[in-house]
Amino acid sequence: MTGPLRVERRLDTPKWLKLAVPLVSILLAAIIVGILLAATGHNPFSTYHQMYSASVTADGALTATFVYATPMLFTGLCAAFAFRMRTWNIGGEGQLYMGAVGASATGLVLGDWPRPLLIIAMVLGGAFAGMLWATIPALLRAYLRTNEILTSLMLNYVAGFFMYYLIYDSSSYWRDLTTPGASVFPTGKTLVANAAWPGITIGTFTLPMGFILGVGLAVGLLVLIRSTRYGFEMRVMGDSPQAANYSGIRTKRKIVSVMAISGGIAGIAGSSQIGDFGHVLDPRGLEQAQYGYTGIVVAALALYNPLAVVLVSLLIGGLTNAGFALEGPSFPTGLVGTMEGIILFTVLGGEILARYRIGLRHRAVAPAAVGTGASS
Amino acid sequence: MNSNIVLAVFVSAIAFGTPLVLAGLGELLAERSGVLNLGVEGMMLMGAVSAFCVSQKMHGSTAVVLLLAVLASMVAGAAMALIHAFLSITIRVNQIVSGLAITIFAGLIGLSSYLGQVWNIGGVAGHHQFNGIDLFGLQNLPIVGPLIFNQDAFVYASWVLVIAVFYYLYRTRPGLYLRAVGENPSAADAMGINVTAYRYAHTLVGGALAGLGGAYFTLALAPIWTDGLTAGDGWIAIALVIFAFWRPDLLVLGAYLFGVFSALGPTLQTRGITVLPSEFYSALPFLMTVIALAAASTSWANRRVGTPASLGIPYTREEG
Repeated sequence: MTGPLRVERRLDTPKWLKLAVPLVSILLAAIIVGILLAATGHNPFSTYHQMYSASVTADGALTATFVYATPMLFTGLCAAFAFRMRTWNIGGEGQLYMGAVGASATGLVLGDWPRPLLIIAMVLGGAFAGMLWATIPALLRAYLRTNEILTSLMLNYVAGFFMYYLIYDSSSYWRDLTTPGASVFPTGKTLVANAAWPGITIGTFTLPMGFILGVGLAVGLLVLIRSTRYGFEMRVMGDSPQAANYSGIRTKRKIVSVMAISGGIAGIAGSSQIGDFGHVLDPRGLEQAQYGYTGIVVAALALYNPLAVVLVSLLIGGLTNAGFALEGPSFPTGLVGTMEGIILFTVLGGEILARYRIGLRHRAVAPAAVGTGASS
Repeated sequence: MNSNIVLAVFVSAIAFGTPLVLAGLGELLAERSGVLNLGVEGMMLMGAVSAFCVSQKMHGSTAVVLLLAVLASMVAGAAMALIHAFLSITIRVNQIVSGLAITIFAGLIGLSSYLGQVWNIGGVAGHHQFNGIDLFGLQNLPIVGPLIFNQDAFVYASWVLVIAVFYYLYRTRPGLYLRAVGENPSAADAMGINVTAYRYAHTLVGGALAGLGGAYFTLALAPIWTDGLTAGDGWIAIALVIFAFWRPDLLVLGAYLFGVFSALGPTLQTRGITVLPSEFYSALPFLMTVIALAAASTSWANRRVGTPASLGIPYTREEG
């Protein structure tokens, strides 16, 4: 009586299917979104064309796409790394905020340091702050078995309000109190020019330093997961916590360290927001961007593979960029999240399709259906 | 004066707690069947935006419009739940990921925001609202008057629902079957209970109640639509189910306790009492949720915990 569909696990997935399924999934998502656009009075073809232009071909479009992709690369890695062990760190959003708080403090305090050292200190400052913030749900999860999904998520809100308090409601170190009008329009202190991270500029295109750092991190994480004892233990814990326990893996420490690393990565997203782009702690901007939550989308679409996160962050970064560039009556912001959701549904569904064989349930699978009434 | 503040906090605690009661009951039913629904926040927002659209665009008597608005919110919530049910029950996508996908799809920068813009309902006040009813003419009684006898129909409906869910779970056969499905689906299946049907039904009802909880924001709390107006209540509702140990009676107490945390800041602020920064009061419900979750997972609490044993695990019948 499991409904009219029969789902069986495939013993091995054919190669062509592994490749075809994500492509078909994204195509299907594009069709569904097209129907939604048409139903709400937009021409899907011209909308898609505009989006492509706004995220790839227009003046400065590609640079902007990388601006959005960079934080998503980090938050995507943050989620992918923790999710791989089925440790559900949903706290990337708050860890990013705390990372931004930490990195801007570091940049402000150490402003007279030589540039390379200052930049390294900012990366580490953000990573450390994100790490600390992630340690709270991690310790609760490891030692009390408290649901880390909810605690890490709740702490996102707490971190958000903390950031607002620093800039809007206190005379904190982060807040600029010197400029005229500072009490009416509160802003954070702007970092010294030396604290701005250098990007690589080729013609009109600029590759942010954060993105390069993120790609390096993705490769590092891939190696860590695939070819080290640490990663092996992570995979065992993800696939079977009981087996991990019996085999002597210190599961509690593992949970704490994986969540801490994950939080540290999200913290670097905050560092990059300060160093690469903002140069000032801007609570409202960080909160509206929702990079932490988008990282979950990126990780899920990448099926938790760090290298795939790099590609997917560009895809979702481009989508977000197009969303902001086209924002207006014909392209409301809500469309971006809607599209992300639909892509998620089709890719998640498609991934199952690749792993399982789905067929119609036949009436004649007799014994199991005995006594269960109309099973088909 | 002091007792006035306390009373004011409690009165608005009921208002702030009502969406938590409704969405929490929905989540409780879904989780009792073994389905973890992390899409509550998105479902609430869809309920809120749909209900508000009806209350603004429909013409007719207030009672009819409000009824239709309530129905619209439940349909919207259930529609989101149907996606979650299909993904997590039928094709067995990881329930955590599927639920998060729903919240991203429908949430702050998703479909609810898109519909709000397409329907053009932002920034304009709604025409029809639930107002306090003078129940049995007792609203002027001291203390209990404003607390119990002067609520709106939504609040009274939520109280009836709590009793109904309690009765359903512990005193009816389908309720017993539901608990069996959540605790041991293969045994329930062997008994001839349709596990899939139970899971679908309770996930859908859960979504409808989440939608209803969202509708409370736009139909009763404030007649206005803004993107993401539930501001995390969906998540608190999920947490409530855990530290209410999956029991409707404890859930309603927890919801009003969190109503108090939410009501504290606004009530003190309107009276000009600013001891602590407003951000502290805003963060309070979330901080308290973390503390409550931690407390509920201590060994003392674990002995009496009622986590449905199959929560989050898709059911596969072992077949030949």
